Amino acid sequence: MTKRSWWTESRTAAVLLPVAGLIAAIGLWWLATIVFAVPKFLVPSPADVVARAAEDPMMLLESTWVSLAETVGGFLLAVVIGVPIALLIVRSAILERLVYPLLLMVNAIPKIAVAPLLAVWMGFGPSPKVVMVVLMCFFPIVISTAQGMKSTPVELVELLRSLNASRTQEFFKLRIWHAMPQIFTGLKVAISLAVIGSVIGEFIAATKGLGYLIYTSGASADTALAFAAILLLSIMSIVLFYGLVLLEHRLLPWAQEKR
Amino acid sequence: MIRLDGVGQVFDGREGRITALEKIDLHVRAGEFVTLIGRSGCGKSTLLRLIAGLLSPTSGTVRVAGEPVSGPRPDVSFMFQRPALLAWRSVLANVLLPVELDRSTAARDKAAYRDRAHELLELVGLQGFERRLPHELSGGMQQRVSLCRSLIRDPKVMLMDEPFSALDALTRTELSEELQRIKMELSTTIVFVTHSIDEAVVLADRAVVLSPRPGRLRDVVEIDIPRPRSLGQNGHVADVARISSRLHALLADKTPPIAERLVDEVWPR
Ligand SMILES: Nc1ncnc2c1ncn2[C@@H]1O[C@H](COP(=O)(O)OP(=O)(O)OP(=O)(O)O)[C@@H](O)[C@H]1O
Ligand SMILES: [Mg+2]
Repeated sequence: MTKRSWWTESRTAAVLLPVAGLIAAIGLWWLATIVFAVPKFLVPSPADVVARAAEDPMMLLESTWVSLAETVGGFLLAVVIGVPIALLIVRSAILERLVYPLLLMVNAIPKIAVAPLLAVWMGFGPSPKVVMVVLMCFFPIVISTAQGMKSTPVELVELLRSLNASRTQEFFKLRIWHAMPQIFTGLKVAISLAVIGSVIGEFIAATKGLGYLIYTSGASADTALAFAAILLLSIMSIVLFYGLVLLEHRLLPWAQEKR
Repeated sequence: MIRLDGVGQVFDGREGRITALEKIDLHVRAGEFVTLIGRSGCGKSTLLRLIAGLLSPTSGTVRVAGEPVSGPRPDVSFMFQRPALLAWRSVLANVLLPVELDRSTAARDKAAYRDRAHELLELVGLQGFERRLPHELSGGMQQRVSLCRSLIRDPKVMLMDEPFSALDALTRTELSEELQRIKMELSTTIVFVTHSIDEAVVLADRAVVLSPRPGRLRDVVEIDIPRPRSLGQNGHVADVARISSRLHALLADKTPPIAERLVDEVWPR
């Protein structure tokens, strides 16, 4: 038996501890910039970053909105494309053999290498970013959905057979539901990749967005602005991730028990 | 109700062919409670799956209600060793699953089954649990839900593959008493696979003993003890002991199974 204490058990501690960690990290960062007297254009202090953000809050907000829209749009598109593909793969062994190696190959391509081409094909608008996001998060979604559906216990499959269920019923009443927890695992991996995808897209060819902001502020040595944009990106990523966690708790109360 | 004639089942396993069942002749009368008993791997589950239409025999014929079995039938239900409940569905929705999947029943008729589901849940003492999710129930309660699910369409035949073997002894006794009670009310034909001699004796009108490798009909034992029976407190201890020891002997005996001639004598077609 491990000893249980207030620090590991209570809910207050569950919130307090991460916050304390965060404050400590910011403090260390601040301290480091003072102690080592780092020039502002190399590493700005937390105060510099906040001050820079306060100069132009609307621009930062708008950039965040642009990146968020690309990220979420691409993510949703990847779900809409990925889940049916996973369904087809699980349903037909022939299709699996046909499509699976292709998927692996597409996944093996370093996505960043395709970004300039996407810009050539689709220009500076939001579409190349959305496509980049889809490319990034498509694979984990397909794999987790397919694996989840395949791991349906044989006894449940046999139960549905004994009830004379059609193949379609087997998928929509059983397999997809059974796969839900694993699908969510895939989605949680994918959402972080989606954020990265939108940034890559904005690095290559863009006129707005947080990624664009980081890229241009790097060129003009506006490091504080870059830091502010990076922080906003991390916050966005975390919020999206926990949004999914929340959604999972809401939608799959039956899946909590297994963990 | 169920008739098997010269049924054999051969599997193409990875290490060659396995004869799971050979020359099985069996007739189960309507309303009869038959237990199927035998060592592990002697083909009990295979036999049930043949009757359920989940498998088609490599030789011989299987008939249910006079018709050759060609696939799962709505009037035959199957109950597994584990509850096999869908974790995301409420107890009620699990019980109604067979009705929901049935593409030949109209939506209006399906509504009537809800009342039936409530009745059945009450019958097994689960009233008030309709909205619960399976993981909120104990193993015994889950298996009761599974029992309700297999009763929802008033099956003519219930096939049960060691349905209580994963439960503790007390719950098991409780459930087998419930099953007897339900059986007396519903007059369903039941084929019940078990490893437990006690269970076989308490439940069955007849116990069918299979011998292993290849699975053959070894003997059929009539159990003419008055019902309701139970293991502990009943007046038929001597009868139970006599039949139990007979089954023990049959299961332990390594000599080849009874000849077909004998089957015909014990087993008028
Ligand atoms: N789908 C299959 N493919 C190949 N062999 C099989 C298959 N199903 C069953 N067998 C074999 O047939 C034999 C009988 O299996 P079965 O499951 O019917 O036994 P059982 O009497 O139910 O055993 P237990 O009491 O352990 O449940 C076993 O030797 C098994 O290995
Ligand atoms: Mg078995």
